[in-house]
Amino acid sequence: MTLWRRPGLWIPLILVFLWGLLILVSGLDSMREVTFTLMMFATLAASLNILLGYTGYVSFGHIVFFGLGGYTGFYLLSQRGWPLSLAAVSGGLLSAAVAGLLGLAVLRLRGAYFALATIGINEAARAFISNFSPFGGATGLFVNFSYYQSYGGAGRALWLTFISLWLTILLVTVVSYGVKHSRFGLGLMAIREDEDAALVMGVKAPQAKTIAFVISAFFPGIVGTLYFFKNGNVEPGDAFQLHMSIETLVMIMLGGQGTVSGPLLGAVTYQGLRGYLLTSPLFKSLHLAIAGLVLLLIVLFLPAGAIGWLRQRFQGLRRFLE
Amino acid sequence: MILEVKDVTKLFGGLQALNHVSFTLPEGQILGLIGPNGAGKTTLFNVINGVFPPDQGRVTLRGEDITGLPPYEVARRGLARTYQVVRPLADLTVLENVMVGSCFGRHCYSLHQAAQVAREVLQQVGLVRHSALPAGSLNVAEKKRLELARAVAAQPYLLLLDEVLAGLNPSEIAAMLDTIRRIRDTGVTIIMIEHVMQAVMNISERILVLDYGQIIADGSPQEVANNLAVIEAYLGDPKLAARLLTG
Ligand SMILES: Nc1ncnc2c1ncn2[C@@H]1O[C@H](COP(=O)(O)OP(=O)(O)O)[C@@H](O)[C@H]1O
Ligand SMILES: [Mg+2]
Repeated sequence: MTLWRRPGLWIPLILVFLWGLLILVSGLDSMREVTFTLMMFATLAASLNILLGYTGYVSFGHIVFFGLGGYTGFYLLSQRGWPLSLAAVSGGLLSAAVAGLLGLAVLRLRGAYFALATIGINEAARAFISNFSPFGGATGLFVNFSYYQSYGGAGRALWLTFISLWLTILLVTVVSYGVKHSRFGLGLMAIREDEDAALVMGVKAPQAKTIAFVISAFFPGIVGTLYFFKNGNVEPGDAFQLHMSIETLVMIMLGGQGTVSGPLLGAVTYQGLRGYLLTSPLFKSLHLAIAGLVLLLIVLFLPAGAIGWLRQRFQGLRRFLE
Repeated sequence: MILEVKDVTKLFGGLQALNHVSFTLPEGQILGLIGPNGAGKTTLFNVINGVFPPDQGRVTLRGEDITGLPPYEVARRGLARTYQVVRPLADLTVLENVMVGSCFGRHCYSLHQAAQVAREVLQQVGLVRHSALPAGSLNVAEKKRLELARAVAAQPYLLLLDEVLAGLNPSEIAAMLDTIRRIRDTGVTIIMIEHVMQAVMNISERILVLDYGQIIADGSPQEVANNLAVIEAYLGDPKLAARLLTG
């Protein structure tokens, strides 16, 4: 089918494209920084959604793929002098490979057991990296200032990082849509609804789940590399923050699990809210508690999330809101 | 022979759910599988389609040994089943539910082809006007039909139906039996577990009776209805025994 007949794909694509373009044209560093964070979480949410929303497996420790991929990419560019794009893709590939290996084992677990196992993996990865000397152990790694020179200075390097993230979020949107509207995606959704019934209907669940896990781990690896490059350093405390995983889950639930645009919308909304809470002295130390409360309210009153609710409420919107 | 079950034994802890069960099934038959509650009927289905491996014995489908294969491999070889307790994929639409059946069944159809097959099957079972509804919103009778549609959409050689008539009213039963006959007429071999005796006696060419995991009778509906062992097995439920005799 041609693109214009798929508004569920091109509407979010055009919006994200224009969003990035606007920031690029504005040329403002402050706008770029704010948008970087939004797009980063939107990408993390969209990729986790492929596992959580489509397949129904809750990965609490998904940030491990951001950390491992980010570390790998950052190591390649800062210690080995690889170009940013190649390092970022390698970070993504490493995360995907780790997910492929782990998936065969942990995806046998269901429900809360799987969720707990992913937390364990994240903590194990943090402990491992903290003691892994090629990655700088507990102090982590820094990028040498001279590296920026090859990109025409730190300012240009930061804009390049932004553009790379912009491309990544566009890509994850296309992949989300593509998976949802494929035979593979139908199998994933069957697994989400009833894994045993799906198996009996012929869905190769072990393989399908693993592939979903691999895809959902790939993008965090890229994002991690870009993020740490932007910061100029990486350390274990920044790379494996469990609360980022949990906040990503809240974003997905807020926007609508299992939808294409929901995680993007949820990430932007949540980050906006969070930004407000963090600047308000009253809520500064409470923002995680509030995130928990938001999650509770969504689960109780709006289990389909914002986009899911709109789709249920207004059938005519279905074609436009995927 | 489309199916050969040879000496199948299945234990759950100390409980012998299936005890040296053997039978063969030629193509094109409707085989009725009856027996008291807990006799092992559903377990036999689970062993045939790979949900549990048997502790002993072999299952052969169309000449190929499928013992111990995972259920999705069995499904691809042309075996589909329904569940006694319906298991709709609640958040997917009725059409999508049936598409899962056709996409991952014997033919591995593309989404487009699968949608086409699914629409035909929904027409056949009378659910086509509910195509766009979430499967969770159907009533019990409709969910039973959906369960059947999903299995039929896989275009299997062999179809295992686990109490598809349970919970239906007489007119729904008549409609369902009609649908099952039409499926049989397309060349699908069917094994149906059923408690509605009159119906199963009526539709089956052959009846297999299971009691405490053992086959205690195997023959035409008349032979089975007059079989003393069968009547005895049902003695705990005299009404059922009486109905069997008049069946
Ligand atoms: N998964 C299982 N684990 C343990 N026991 C089971 C399991 N499935 C069935 N059983 C037992 O096996 C026996 C046969 O059950 P089942 O095959 O469901 O009987 P039927 O379908 O003929 O009513 C019953 O005693 C039941 O409790
Ligand atoms: Mg049963």
